[in-house]
Amino acid sequence: MSGFLISMQGAISQGILWGVMVLGVYITYKLLDIADLTVDGSFALGGCICAMLVVGKGVNPFIALLAATFFGVLAGAVTGFLHTVFDIPAILAGILTQIALWSVNLRIMGKSNIPLLKVDTIISKAVNAFGMEQGITTLIIGIIIAVLIIVGLYWFFGTEIGSALRATGNNEDMIRALGVNTKFTKMLALMISNGLVGLSGALVCQSQKYADIGMGTGAIVIGLAAIVIGDVLMGKLRSFGAKLTSAVVGSIVYFVIRAIVLRLGMDANDMKLLSATIVALALCIPVAIDKWKMKRSYSEGGSGTC
Amino acid sequence: MLNLTNVEKTFNKGTINEKKALTGVNLQLNEGDFVTIIGGNGAGKSTMLNMIAGVYPIDAGKIVLDGVNISRMPEHKRAKYLGRVFQDPMRGTAAGMEIEENLALAHRRGARRTLRWGITKEEKEQYVEELKVLGLGLETRLTSKVGLLSGGQRQALTLLMASLQKPKLLLLDEHTAALDPKTAKTVLDLTEKIVNEEHLTALMVTHNMKDAIRLGNRLIMMHEGNIIYDVAGEEKKNLKVADLLKKFEEASGGEFANDRMMLS
Repeated sequence: MSGFLISMQGAISQGILWGVMVLGVYITYKLLDIADLTVDGSFALGGCICAMLVVGKGVNPFIALLAATFFGVLAGAVTGFLHTVFDIPAILAGILTQIALWSVNLRIMGKSNIPLLKVDTIISKAVNAFGMEQGITTLIIGIIIAVLIIVGLYWFFGTEIGSALRATGNNEDMIRALGVNTKFTKMLALMISNGLVGLSGALVCQSQKYADIGMGTGAIVIGLAAIVIGDVLMGKLRSFGAKLTSAVVGSIVYFVIRAIVLRLGMDANDMKLLSATIVALALCIPVAIDKWKMKRSYSEGGSGTC
Repeated sequence: MLNLTNVEKTFNKGTINEKKALTGVNLQLNEGDFVTIIGGNGAGKSTMLNMIAGVYPIDAGKIVLDGVNISRMPEHKRAKYLGRVFQDPMRGTAAGMEIEENLALAHRRGARRTLRWGITKEEKEQYVEELKVLGLGLETRLTSKVGLLSGGQRQALTLLMASLQKPKLLLLDEHTAALDPKTAKTVLDLTEKIVNEEHLTALMVTHNMKDAIRLGNRLIMMHEGNIIYDVAGEEKKNLKVADLLKKFEEASGGEFANDRMMLS
């Protein structure tokens, strides 16, 4: 039983650290209304940069997190540049950056994975400083970072620039007529989003103690699945803070479900199939219900005869 | 005030779908002019407004607004000078955002957006007062999502948003065409009120000839990408719908005015 609890605790920590990535996806998918596929590449980029700096250059693991965020921002800027300056559809611009990042990530690491065995991470540093057990420490660090980011995003999206950014996703024609350069707001959203994704990649890298070229594969689908789960669980809450929190909660629930089905004996390789199914269902069900309702509401005699 | 000199625009140049939308338009507006624009479908009315707003670049000519040459200025920069209301009520407001958020976005038209909070307490009080003027009961629904409002309410809100930060020029592109007659009248009355009270300079495209005659101090008729009739003052006041139809027939070479114009 205690093995089960430990794996649950691990799943929750993992969910929170990946939740930072989900917050990034939330910005592009929910606020800007585009599915940004850069995410798969920028998540791995964050992990690779972090591992290369910590292991290869002996950089402080905290600085490595900042560097990973910065390079995530750059990756977002590349997608934003292709999308806003050259009008490449966002989804295609994201794919191009993602594919390019695969090679970039390999170049950065020099090989396909780097273990972080005998080096300090922010978690090992905190364990040394406060003397708590590693699992709990990871969890606490994750919660602190997630809360800080949610508060930061809540503030930002309430500002004049943040409001203009939300309006860009809502009605681009209108906000341009109100004097906002939508190329700038889109670019900014993609940069912030991928910055968070890069940070998340670095955090996951430090907690699992390795970086791998394939660590970001399917990240966008995990992000979408987490957003969908969060929406189902907390969709009734209308405040923006609650919506951001629901993204992280969705991520936690996703990783808990994952831990449970893996314990039940499901092959880890089937997890992506399950994630894709969750997202596909979440996208299909509302459409199917609408169509069904429309069919049912038809009556030959008019509304009175129903 | 506003000077259009030889403004030309051709869409899909060099293709089979080539369409000369504006063929060297010249127009001078004076401060405080309220001009109604009529003309058949494809006459270039909306295109002219879109060219002034900078939705598409012009091919040739010059647009000068209040001494500033805006011919090649991007749309979001021209927004500083312009208030706009579109035909489609969905286009002028952000459905997923609150009424007060929409107003706050409009309040900052032309201002540099910063990291200050997007809406202040004083503003909210001001919005309550402004919304009362509309008489639609929106002042009690500041935090409602705009998507919950009817087309007429959204159009009235857009009108308020366009004038919240006094524009040098107000562009109204058939802004009542998508509304039912009663709502259209409400929005039109409101338009008249706002334009008169704020002493705005305005261009209003309409398909309704009676409205075109009744409102404003000047009327222009467009046909095939240019202005064919321009009338102001007493002469305009004494116009009859029949006069306009006759003008229109002359211009289109005896061809009868289209159905939409007849019906109004």
